[in-house]
Amino acid sequence: MTDVLLRVEALTVAAGAATLVGGISFTVGREKLAIVGESGSGKSLTARAIIGLLPPGVRRTGGRIALGDRILTTTGWQGVRGRRIGFVPQDPKYALNPAHRIGRQVEEALVLHSRLSAGERRERALDMLHRVGFPDPQRAYRAYPGEVSGGMGQRAMIAAMVIAGPDLLIADEPTSALDHALRDQILDLLGGLTDDTGMGLVLISHDLRQVARFADRVLVMQRGILVDRLDAGALAQAGHPYTRALWRAHPSAASYGTRLPEAIEETLQP
Amino acid sequence: MMATMPTAPSPGLARLMRSPAALFGLGMIGLMIVVAVLAPVLAPFDPNLQDIANRLARPSAQHWLGTDGFGRDQVSRLFYGVRPTLLLVILVAALMAPLGVAVGVVAGYCGGLVERALMRVTDIVMSFPRLLLAFAFVAILGPGLINGGLALALTSWPAYARQARVETVALRDHDYLAAAEMVGIRGWRLIVGHVLPLVLPSTIIRLALDLAGIILAAAGLGFLGLGVRPPTAEWGSMVADGTPVIFDEWWLTAAPGCAIFLASLAFNLLADGLRDVLDPRHD
Amino acid sequence: MLNTASETSSTIRVASRWFGFSRWRGAGTAVVRWLGSVALTLFGLVLVTFAMTRLSPVDPVLQLVGDHASASTYAAARLELGLDRPLAVQFGRYLVRVGHGDLGQASSTGQPVAADIARTFSATLELATVAIVIGAASGLALGIIAAMRSGGIIDAAARIVSLVGYSIPIFWLGLLFLLLFYARLHWAPGPGRLDVLYQYTLRPVTGFALIDTALSGTAGAFRSAVAHLVLPALVLALYALAGITRLSRGAVLEQLGQEYVLTARAKGAGPWRVVFVHVLPNVTGPLLTIVALAYASLLEGAVLTETVFAWPGIGRYLTVALFAGDTAAILGATLTIGSAFILLNSLTDLAVARTGRGRDR
Ligand SMILES: Nc1ncnc2c1ncn2[C@@H]1O[C@H](COP(=O)(O)OP(=O)(O)OP(=O)(O)O)[C@@H](O)[C@H]1O
Ligand SMILES: [Mg+2]
Repeated sequence: MTDVLLRVEALTVAAGAATLVGGISFTVGREKLAIVGESGSGKSLTARAIIGLLPPGVRRTGGRIALGDRILTTTGWQGVRGRRIGFVPQDPKYALNPAHRIGRQVEEALVLHSRLSAGERRERALDMLHRVGFPDPQRAYRAYPGEVSGGMGQRAMIAAMVIAGPDLLIADEPTSALDHALRDQILDLLGGLTDDTGMGLVLISHDLRQVARFADRVLVMQRGILVDRLDAGALAQAGHPYTRALWRAHPSAASYGTRLPEAIEETLQP
Repeated sequence: MMATMPTAPSPGLARLMRSPAALFGLGMIGLMIVVAVLAPVLAPFDPNLQDIANRLARPSAQHWLGTDGFGRDQVSRLFYGVRPTLLLVILVAALMAPLGVAVGVVAGYCGGLVERALMRVTDIVMSFPRLLLAFAFVAILGPGLINGGLALALTSWPAYARQARVETVALRDHDYLAAAEMVGIRGWRLIVGHVLPLVLPSTIIRLALDLAGIILAAAGLGFLGLGVRPPTAEWGSMVADGTPVIFDEWWLTAAPGCAIFLASLAFNLLADGLRDVLDPRHD
Repeated sequence: MLNTASETSSTIRVASRWFGFSRWRGAGTAVVRWLGSVALTLFGLVLVTFAMTRLSPVDPVLQLVGDHASASTYAAARLELGLDRPLAVQFGRYLVRVGHGDLGQASSTGQPVAADIARTFSATLELATVAIVIGAASGLALGIIAAMRSGGIIDAAARIVSLVGYSIPIFWLGLLFLLLFYARLHWAPGPGRLDVLYQYTLRPVTGFALIDTALSGTAGAFRSAVAHLVLPALVLALYALAGITRLSRGAVLEQLGQEYVLTARAKGAGPWRVVFVHVLPNVTGPLLTIVALAYASLLEGAVLTETVFAWPGIGRYLTVALFAGDTAAILGATLTIGSAFILLNSLTDLAVARTGRGRDR
């Protein structure tokens, strides 16, 4: 915890005149940090601002992001993305390139960031595939994404993002596209990798129960700002009304992607 | 492109008005119509008046674009040349779009064997080389505006049929068709009332786009001597008439070609603007 | 000239339907179905040309025996042509003849139409192929860069180029090129395929002027062949460029919005790597279709271009036949170009279906 891997200070993100993330600050150490908040609260934009890949029309308008001792400006990403920060998106069905074999996608970070030979890369990729839980790495290596299930696809995605040994892994709702039964497995995998490698993990999630079991610390976002920060273990006894409302609003498959009920919204008006 | 499209007339029109390209296209088409109607007033000379003593005259205050090989005033012929172009465009549009929509609606409404047969024919005609068949058709049946229009329309309808069929099938499977039939509304009337507004936006975009190509095809027919018969002024044949003297009197070729280009461009620009307005998913 | 953007995208859709099919029933059945559909389309083309002969105001008997023949000669010729038989029988015979490659006798050249076409087709193929290579290379490059820098200057330029290409009458553009580069600037030779000096001495080996002149070992002949090819090829290339630019831009732009592109960038891939390594493999099918469609439409566009440049290909053969009222030659050329057009389009569909197998979801 003493080791600060990522320091975000007063980050603002805007689309035209609309401020979407309004000046948030936090740090990430060698830990599992969760960011929660209702849909549209700016979690994904925060994550994408950190890796410098905001959608077209959306810009980082202020603030400071430091990765270790390197200041991340809006340009100059050489050797950062894929090498020092990994990013796992939500749905492996769209996040994996349908035209490339899985092995190639897992190796790509090594192609971009290492001088390993093709044989060494392959070995590392097979090893990585094994670590993320493919019983037959050789076969997975040759498979196209369309030939594996969603859960296995997400494992491959994680392998691709961890293979270059990043300091920090950002996972944006990595389990919400998966069946309930698979979610814990993927989280266990992420947790195991975090503990083994000593990297930091930022987990963006809707599911507070999941977060309470899994994370060390929790940041709560609402309308682009951080309204609460607490230890994951304290979630059930949260003091902040918004955090309490989130805790009570059991997210389910049916309510995924929707906003909180009106009633909660109203009680939360500042 | 295939599915239901929003039909929002007034905001759509407002957006069209804000697209300079579409406005330009629309303005050009309006100008063409005005010139076609007012050609007798606008043209300084009779387009067919020959003046052999004054043939191939250079551009002057009297003849802005000079005179052609028969001493006819080139500007007057350019003005009158709008007429066959617009007539053909209207003819083709009036034939192919209704034909295609009718085939598509019948196929979609009847379903079964009728649908399969009609769509098979549609697929076949769709993969024909259209320009080439139009050339052959007119060459064999004789040149002229009507034959040219027929030839182009008869090979250009399939795209409209496909679109209309998709919309009709969607409607056919809809519950309220059955409900309406129960209360005694005939299916056909319902189809016509519902499908036409649905296919209209995409049909209009396609029409604008197709008409740009039709203008070029018509000019090509004219250039090959397969268009309206001489001495009627027509842009494609005017380009052909200018060709023998192109190295000296280049403007006799350049001007009518420019007119064809601008006319086709007008429809293409309009099509682009319409697509932005009517089909928001494009790009 | 009539191939519009939405046209092509619907063909792409057809192609992807084919792909879906081959997934479900296996490639063998797909090929059989493909053959059936090609055969049916070709049959339709023959039917249409046959209908044209029947609708023609020209009396084929009179064309054969001349205006002054006696009634009995006329009747005999009519019988010999089989014109007394029912239409279906006549069509059957026509179909069999065409199927055997017998396209009749060209009155304008006095040769069998099939022989004329065999002689002229290579010139068209040569022109169209050089044009599509230029058009596809520049069109794909322009379309891809326009998509990468969407909204930028290159994008605007690409849009203008394709608008102009879609709107310009190709025969007029050819004339302007001749006026400018031949008559005024003297950069290019005039119409024709070779200088007169070489035209009659060259031994036709392959029928392709570029290859034959290269084989002849005469540097001047080869240079002449290249020089004559440049202008018509550029005109046709621009014609192809319009559609290729616009459609490839659309295809690439759509992919750039996909999530796998975000992933690739998150791994550290730069914009060029994203496009060439990640996006292009996902659009080979559509791009292939776009280029093949343009190639097929060049066969059509060749009719006007060859006429302007006096290029001795099948397109010019067709227009000469038009002027001469030579029905057999017109139909023969139409059938040949039309079949090539249809086959090219269908082969693309099949190729797209094959390359797509196995890896898409
Ligand atoms: N490309 C964009 N242009 C403009 N506004 C955007 C864009 N992307 C997102 N937004 C807006 O920014 C806000 C935050 O979006 P963000 O995707 O970060 O939310 P989120 O917290 O990740 O929500 P979810 O839980 O649904 O993923 C939303 O109100 C959204 O409408
Ligand atoms: Mg999100």
